[in-house]
Amino acid sequence: MKGIYTWSAILAIVFASVIGDVLLARAMKQVGDVGALRRRSGLGTVIRRTLGNPNFLFGVAAMAVAFFSLLFALSWGDVSLVAPAAASLTFIGNAVAARIFLHERVDRRRWIAAGLVAAGVALLAG
Amino acid sequence: MFAAAGDSMLSHGMKQTGSISLNHLQGVIYAVLNPWVAIGILLLLAFFSTYMTALSWADLTYVLPATSLGYVMLALVARFVLHEHVSPLRWLGIALITGGVGFVAGGPELTKHPHGDAPVGNPCAVTASPPFDSAQGKLLAKDARNGAPGVEV
Repeated sequence: MKGIYTWSAILAIVFASVIGDVLLARAMKQVGDVGALRRRSGLGTVIRRTLGNPNFLFGVAAMAVAFFSLLFALSWGDVSLVAPAAASLTFIGNAVAARIFLHERVDRRRWIAAGLVAAGVALLAG
Repeated sequence: MFAAAGDSMLSHGMKQTGSISLNHLQGVIYAVLNPWVAIGILLLLAFFSTYMTALSWADLTYVLPATSLGYVMLALVARFVLHEHVSPLRWLGIALITGGVGFVAGGPELTKHPHGDAPVGNPCAVTASPPFDSAQGKLLAKDARNGAPGVEV
């Protein structure tokens, strides 16, 4: 029974952080190249445009949800299960979500990279 | 050039996250926790802004693996600064992450066409930094990938 709680909390972490990452990435694509923008119109414009972007705000909110899900998961399960499972599943989920929602071209090279990194993170955090 | 700048920027941010987690490891010492937490929050903010900057000109699937170098950094810090024992399994994990990052770093950092119908699987892709229309962050180059193959950045 406890396992179900733990795994649903892990899934919640993964979902929330994938959503957050996708929204943040989309927000920054809308803001545009920060370096060039800062050179042209100053740091204030960059900050204002970023903080005023609704995608950015929702992304940060999703990140907060992910953080609190992490707290819940840690209260139900071991950190040696929760941390690696959530981290590596987030990598895989991000690759899928970036392909679907951001229309990034996730080629074989990037799939392999996502798989390697997910495995590596699982080993490291485990 | 762009990629090199981004890599140094990311590794900078990664070192900062590394030291945050380091502080967490020492978090048992609650007496000195407050200054540590303040520093940690500052570093986290710095990391977050560099992360957002990288996201503004690179793909999510490019930035994220690079971010995971932070785990590697953390393990190395644990080994050489804290003199913890790092098991062979963790070294294997470090090797896997490093390999994955190397994989993705060799490819292009930004999808040029949002509706990617570009040819898949050109193993020696060009890492050219395509010109930006900086106002919208859109690429002007139609297909930056069809440049000279095998150019290293």
